[in-house]
Order: sequence, then structure tokens, then C-alpha cells
Amino acid sequence: MTAATSRTWTAVCRLEDLVPERGAAALVEGEQVALFRLLDDRVLAVQQLDPFSGAYVLARGIVGSRGTAATVASPMYKQVFDLATGTCLDAVGRTPVDGHGADLRTWPVSVVDGTVLVGGPS
Amino acid sequence: MGDDLIDGVTEPKHTETTGETRAAYRRDPEVDPVPAPGTGALGARQEGEPVTKHLVVVGGGMVAHRLVEALRDRDPAGTWRVTVYAEEPRAPYDRVALTSYFSGRDPADLALGSPELWADPLVDLHRDTRVTAVDRAARTVTAHRNDTGHVTTDHYDALVLATGSSAAVPPIDGADLPGVFVYRTVDDVAALRGWVQQQAERWARPVRGAVVGGGLLGLEAAGALQALGAASTVIQYGPRLMPLQVDEGGGEALRRLINAKGVAVRLNTSTTRIRPGRDGNARRMDFADGGRLDVDVVVLATGVRPRDELARAADLPVGERGGVVVDEACRTADPHVWAVGEVACIDGACIGLVAPGYAMAEVVVDRLLGGAAVFPGADTATKLKLSGVDVASFGDAFAHTPGALELVHADPVAGLYTKLVLSDDAATLLGGVLVGDASAYASLRPMLGRRLEGDPGAYLLPEGAGAVGRPQTTLPDDAAVCSCNNVTAGTVRAAVTEHGCTDLAGVKACTRAGTSCGSCLPLVKKLMTTELERAGVTVSTALCEHVELSRAQLFDAVRVTGLRTFSEILAKHGRPGLDPAARGCDICKPVVASILGSLGVGHVLDGETATLQDTNDHVMANLQKDGSYSVVPRMPGGEVTPEGLIAVGEVARDFGLYTKITGGQRIDMFGARIEQLPHIWRRLVDAGFESGHAYGKSLRTVKSCVGSTWCRFGVQDSTALAVELELRYRGLRAPHKFKLGVSGCARECAEARAKDVGIIATDKGWNVYVGGNGGFTPRHAQLLAEDLDTATLIRTVDRFLMYYVRTADRLQRTAPWIEEVEGGLDGVRAVVLEDSLGIAADLDAAMAAHVEGYADEWAATLADPHKLARFASFVNAPTTPDPSLAYVAERGQVRPATPAERADAARPVLVAGTTLAVRR
Repeated sequence: MTAATSRTWTAVCRLEDLVPERGAAALVEGEQVALFRLLDDRVLAVQQLDPFSGAYVLARGIVGSRGTAATVASPMYKQVFDLATGTCLDAVGRTPVDGHGADLRTWPVSVVDGTVLVGGPS
Repeated sequence: MGDDLIDGVTEPKHTETTGETRAAYRRDPEVDPVPAPGTGALGARQEGEPVTKHLVVVGGGMVAHRLVEALRDRDPAGTWRVTVYAEEPRAPYDRVALTSYFSGRDPADLALGSPELWADPLVDLHRDTRVTAVDRAARTVTAHRNDTGHVTTDHYDALVLATGSSAAVPPIDGADLPGVFVYRTVDDVAALRGWVQQQAERWARPVRGAVVGGGLLGLEAAGALQALGAASTVIQYGPRLMPLQVDEGGGEALRRLINAKGVAVRLNTSTTRIRPGRDGNARRMDFADGGRLDVDVVVLATGVRPRDELARAADLPVGERGGVVVDEACRTADPHVWAVGEVACIDGACIGLVAPGYAMAEVVVDRLLGGAAVFPGADTATKLKLSGVDVASFGDAFAHTPGALELVHADPVAGLYTKLVLSDDAATLLGGVLVGDASAYASLRPMLGRRLEGDPGAYLLPEGAGAVGRPQTTLPDDAAVCSCNNVTAGTVRAAVTEHGCTDLAGVKACTRAGTSCGSCLPLVKKLMTTELERAGVTVSTALCEHVELSRAQLFDAVRVTGLRTFSEILAKHGRPGLDPAARGCDICKPVVASILGSLGVGHVLDGETATLQDTNDHVMANLQKDGSYSVVPRMPGGEVTPEGLIAVGEVARDFGLYTKITGGQRIDMFGARIEQLPHIWRRLVDAGFESGHAYGKSLRTVKSCVGSTWCRFGVQDSTALAVELELRYRGLRAPHKFKLGVSGCARECAEARAKDVGIIATDKGWNVYVGGNGGFTPRHAQLLAEDLDTATLIRTVDRFLMYYVRTADRLQRTAPWIEEVEGGLDGVRAVVLEDSLGIAADLDAAMAAHVEGYADEWAATLADPHKLARFASFVNAPTTPDPSLAYVAERGQVRPATPAERADAARPVLVAGTTLAVRR
């Protein structure tokens, strides 16, 4: 991934601080972000807020796959989200709590010399 | 009160006009002749008025219940309204299951069907009310309310006598002494139970009981006495037990089985008198042969007598040995009067079984609605409902049919006696007797009167014997499968083919098959499976899109292949054609984690296994709605020292946790943030606590009462056993959470029968019950084995749990597992107690390995910095609390703030900090 010049990047941690196929929460400019390191060392970032419960817990979900998409399942009520796009793939019959959409916000992530960088808005 | 349809009335509303509708029901029989039921509308009906006719049912037993239920089911237009007069002060209940009331059931458990039936506006149940007279000319009944003494008369268009029978008291001197009981109603059983308990307390030794009568009811009563902790002796006048159902060979096998259960049997014995002791209670029995027996309680179970007194007084013909004579339509000599159940004398005899009674009820309902049904003949098949003594008898059990052949298999060593009665060409099944192993009953009984395929002798082999096993029978569609609810094989098949049922629960709900006594469930399941296969419906047991195997299959595969990582397991057992990049999901990953856990493969957070865990297992705490966790230290058997209690209290206070006592006799602390968990556990481990596994699909708690160490009534040390069991099974991963309970006496204060494994102390050891649970579908546990010593008990529970761990589906609790597993409860019993599958040694070894390999997950985590790194709140701010957490004070503790409270700036919201001080 190439960093766009206008985007601000925040160094969050070292790649080895992240356990493959497990999430970790990070604070990026006051926002809670859920980071996921996959087996191929790609790192993906979505919002930590679970729109179906209102709790900040998505980094604690189980990482898996649906078809070819890498996914996380919410630890609260088991909705499944596409980690790359943030799309809610399975709402398991529930609706998000007030004021939230079902899909997740995503952040661009770059790993430079073993440092994990999360990109701000461009 | 007059509108209260359930409790009946105190006012004579049937002799008063209470409105226009009621007026339409009332008719003066002199002025207003009524055509026979089912033949037309009322003669003097005015235009626009309802045509509802009035059915009066005398008697509130099981058959009466079935009749009302069937009528309301088949008469949606409401052409009939029903008034039921029941002598007992309760709605109809399951009298067949009376014995189970002894082993701890609540009388309410015996309730039949849905209580909504009695709330139906067209159904009027008068409890505690006796019908004292029938006036056939006026077509009225006179009813007498027991508690108020109120007398009413009620007009009927049709009258059904369903008065049943009463216990026959033999003319023995002393049969009326205190301490002598009959065995017929819930009240009889409750009185007997109270008496035995009172005697046990008074004499402080086992109560000595005797049962006069060795028939079906007598044996059930003997079992009931035993369940109450009393010794029991069965006194039988004739030469064998259950003389109406089994032949001589079967009787002898049965006697040995009953003896083996600790019940003494005296055959060919006539009781001459029951003598009182100094307290005036029954104390000694004298026999005609000069023998005598010291007793504290006597149960008379010598037979029943039809309650035909109303019919006699109304000049209706009665049978030679009593009972109201009816024709094949169950109609008496009076076309407006019918009789059903035990009081009906049909084909010259009264039948004391519930299934023929149900059939009669259906016949009458059909006739009332204009049908032409006839009684199909009595299915006198019987199965003894006494644990550990398997007896079934059906059809022409005594080979009375001319030319009938008897095929007998007897194995006195194994305690087996089985006999089939066949037609003279040895092809058609006429009847049978099964003693010791009645597992063939469910599939043989529906074949009655039909040709058996293959070698009939093969049906006599014990289940599982030989390479081929029993022949597979193809039941005709009209063969009755569930005689309690009259469900045919065709109906079960249609549930699958026409109604789309794909599991046992669905078929049960759709057909009602197996919902009463449950003895036909194995057969129902077999029919369902066959039909599903035939329809090409492959019931997918696949776990998810990644794994095609069921959990049980995957368990076996992993156990046998020795694969120990998820990647290896997915590569080997993943669905064929699975994308190589596929990485499992939130279904298959926790299942593999659980399987590896059950097999004792390392710590939950070791290597790749950590990625498989649900958050609860991953941080070893229970996720709550706001993203915080709760913490539960183990308190084995609910025991905790004062120092331990103080340590827990200090931890909760210092970390600002909300504290609540759980239903499993331990303490739950809520509101712990993820980064606090290691600090909390450091304190708890230092104080001597270990993980309570409240977060795992694993053993939760072993609940216990205080037992014989402190309790005045305890007969065994239930707390010590509970502690031993909890320490044995702690940490055992299973398909679902499971709980145990241990009670120190039959009072059952630990509510053990609500647990997956419940243990109740007896004078001689322990009774073990399995398959109980609360939750969405509460179940009482069923008896698995009786009077085990502690070592045998532990071995039995070991095997039960391991068998469950290996074969249950994902998230399947023990109760549905027992229903689904091969052979049902009997199958489980055979595996666990008799090693019918030859896997007992393997199960024992697996449990030994679990016990040996147990280590506290929290202590191990605290000793490993890599594992502790997982508890950071943020990877770039490991000790910063989640800023979204907010709490308010309530009743002196914290609770999560509601969205409204968060939004309301005026109300102080305590935002999480390092410690939360709560002001009272």
C-alpha cells in the first residue's frame, strides 16, 4: 500500500505486537480502531464500535473467512463483517442500535519497516 | 366467581338464566324434546340463537381430558360446549406417571396438555365436585360441591361417564389402620410419601414397607417405596408377579430382577390380617402360611373396581364384574349416555389401561360430531414404568390363539426372558412378553397382527447382538406408533414428507408422537430418519461452510488422527474444494477449540489455539453488554472460607465491581475492564482461588446442600461429594456448559434434578439422574442408576460426561442429546453401565487424563508475559480504560449507564477510571 501524500499516518505499534488472526484495539486520534493481522501479515482496520450492541468490542471477535473475504464476527451478537470493506455480511436477524449503520468504517493501514501505520482521512 | 371457568362455580348458575346465550342452552325437557346427539339442531330453537349442545362429562381423569381435548380440537365451530365434573380438587393429571412423583417430581409436572384447554369459553371444569345422581328421563345430573356442600343440577344433551375406577380394598382385617394406603391418586401418593417420611424421622431407621399385590401397580408401588428410602416386600397371592401380563417363565425372570433391585417377593401368600402396634398404627402382617412381617407402612395394590355406582342407580346395565355396559360406539343402553375408560365394560370386560381409554374418548367425540367410529379393540400392551426393570407385554401374550407357536429365549444369567407368540405358520406376530430387555417393544408392538419379515428368532436377540442385529421392520402406514396419542407411522412419515419436519423436535411438535410417555421416541426417530433419507433430504450435519463433518464426527477424527492445530485440522477435514485461503469462522473455530480442550491439548491461549477462542475463553471472563467482563472464582461445592470471602470482597471493593451471588452457589463480580483482569486475578490467585470457568462451555458448578455433616436429615455427605466432583471435572470442555448437583437426602434441597447430572443420597448410596436443565426448555433429570457406592457413582458420571463430550452436537445440552443419541436414555445406560459399545475403558482413560492434566488457566496465564500482553485495552495505550464505559450507582453498587443517562448531562455519570468509588 502506498501512502497518499495528503493523508496523515499514525504509528500505532510494531507488527509483532499483533497476534496473527486476533484483533487488537488502538486509539487513533481519539477514535477506537480495531486492528487485525492476518496470516499473510496484512493488517486491516475497522471501527472498534460494534453497531449492533453499541459496545467497543470488535477487536475481540473471532477472525475467519466467508468465501474469500477475511471476516470478523462480533463477540457480542455474532454479526459477521468483511474486514477489508467493513460490509456487514450477516446481521443474524438483528438491527443496529439507534443511530448506527450496519456496515463498519474502515481505515487504511500501512506496514513500514515493521511499524503499523493507520491512515487518517485524506 | 361465577365467570371463573377454571375454579368452577359456587353459585348454581346452571339453574339460573345468566344471559341470552345461557338461556339458549337451557331447555325444559318436557316441553322441548331434543333429537339424539349429532342428528340435528335443537327443536325449539329460535332464529339466530346458537345451536350449541351441552355435553356433561362425569370424571376428571386422563380419558376425560383426552375427550375434551379431542372435542375442542375437532369441533372448531363450537357445536358442543362441555362441562366436566371432577372429584379431585385439581385438573386432570397424568396418573400413569404417578410413580415418578415419588422420585422428586412436583405434582404440577403431572399436568396434562395445555392449561389453555380449561380457559376455553366452551369448556367448564368443576373441580372438587361429585356427581351424585343422573336423571335419565329429565336428562340432568345433580352435582355436589365437596368444599361448600353446594348442590346444583345441570341439563345435558349428551352425558359421558368417565368415572374410572377406585382402588379395591381387599377384605383383610386391619386394612383400615393408619399406615395402610392405596395407590391411585396424587393425594394417595402424597399421603403415602408424608407417612414414610414421618416414620423415617420417628424411628430413625429405614422404614419397612410392604405391598399387597404383585401386579403392575403393586410393582410400581414397591418401586415408589424404595424411592422414598423404604425397604419393600411384595406380597403376591398368586404364583407369579404380573400374572395378567407375563407367563410363568417371564414371571420368574421378573422376580429375579425385582429381587436384584432389593425388593423382597413373597409368592403364594395370602395376608390374613394387619395388626396394629401400641400406637394404633399398622405394625405387623400375618399370613395364612403362619409367616409374619413387621411393617411401618402397607400399600394395598390388589386391583381396581369400576366406579359404576351412578350407572347402577340410573338403572343402566352393568357387567358381571362391574362396569357400565357399552356397545362398540361406547354408547350405553341409553342413547344419550356414553361411557369411556376404566368404567366402560366393552366386550364384557373393563380395561384398566390408558391407551384403550383414549381410543374410546376419540370414538365418542367422533360420534358426537356425527361420525360412525367404532372402538377398534383393546390394545392391552403394557410396559412397566419402573427403572431398571424392563417388562413389556403385548397382544396374545399367553398364546391363547389356536395353533399359536411360542418362540422363547431365556437367559437367567443375564436376567432376560423374551417370548414371541406367532401364528401357526410362524409368520404373523400375535403377541409377546419381554422381560429384562424390552428395547424391542417399540418396534414389535406396531407389528402385531402383521407378518414379520426374516427370521422371527432374530427379534429375540438382545439389542446389538450379532453382526446383523435385529431385522429392520417396515411398518405399514396405519400401524400405531405412539399409543398414548394415537399417532400412526403414516402420520410420522407425513410430518417429514408433507410438513417439512427435519428433526425429532419438529416431528414431536407436529404429530404429538412421543410427547406423553416417550417410549416410542426411538421408533419415531427411526421412521423420521428413514423418511428423510428416502426423500433425498440429506439432513446436513455439517458444522459450517468450512467443515462438512458434524461435531461428533470431527471429535472422532481429531481424536484418532492426533491432529492438534486448527490449520492441520482444516487442511485434513475441511470441506472438499475449500479455498486454500479459507480460515474458518466463529462456528468451527470454537468447536475445534472445545475439542482440543476436551482432549487435553495445552492451555487455551497456547499458539494457534488462542485464535480459536470466543472472547470469553480468550480473556477467561464473561463479556457483558457494555464490553466489560465479569469474574467468577471457583468455590467448589459452594464452600468458601471466611478468609476467602473477605479476599473476594476486598477485590470487588478495590476494583469497584458490582457483586452478585450466582444460582450456582458462588460469587460473580461485574464491570471488570479487560486490562484489569490480570490484576484482579493476581489478587484472587494469591488468595488461593482459581478459575471458575464461568466463561467456558465446560463444568460450571456442583451445587450441593449441606448434607449429613450438619443437616438433621441428611443421609450422606453431599458437600464432600460435590467438592470432589467439582475438583474432578473442573475445566472439562464440553459441547455446552454443564452443571451438577448433589443432595444429601430425598428432600433434594440442592435441586439436583434440575442439573445435567444430579445426585441424590439414599440410605444405601447415591441415585444419579441425568439430562436436567433450566434455561429455555426446563427439564427434570431422569434416573440413570440407583444406590451406587461412591466409586461406582464417580465412574458412572465419568463415562456419562465423556460419552456426552464425544458425541453431542455443537451447543447441544444433555437433555436433547439423550433424546437424540442412539437408544435414548436406555442406550446411554447401556453404554455407561454395561459397556455395550466396548468404549468404557477408553472413556475412563480419557477422564483420567483430564483429571491428571488439569491446571488452573488463570495461574498459568499470570506466569506467562506473552499471554498477559493480550489483556491490553489498547495496543498503543495498554492501560488506558475504554473511554466509552460509564456507570451509575444503584443500591450501593455500580451498573452500566443507560443511553438516556449518558445523554443526560445533569445526572452524574461515573466514567471508568482506575478505581470507582461508589457513594452510598
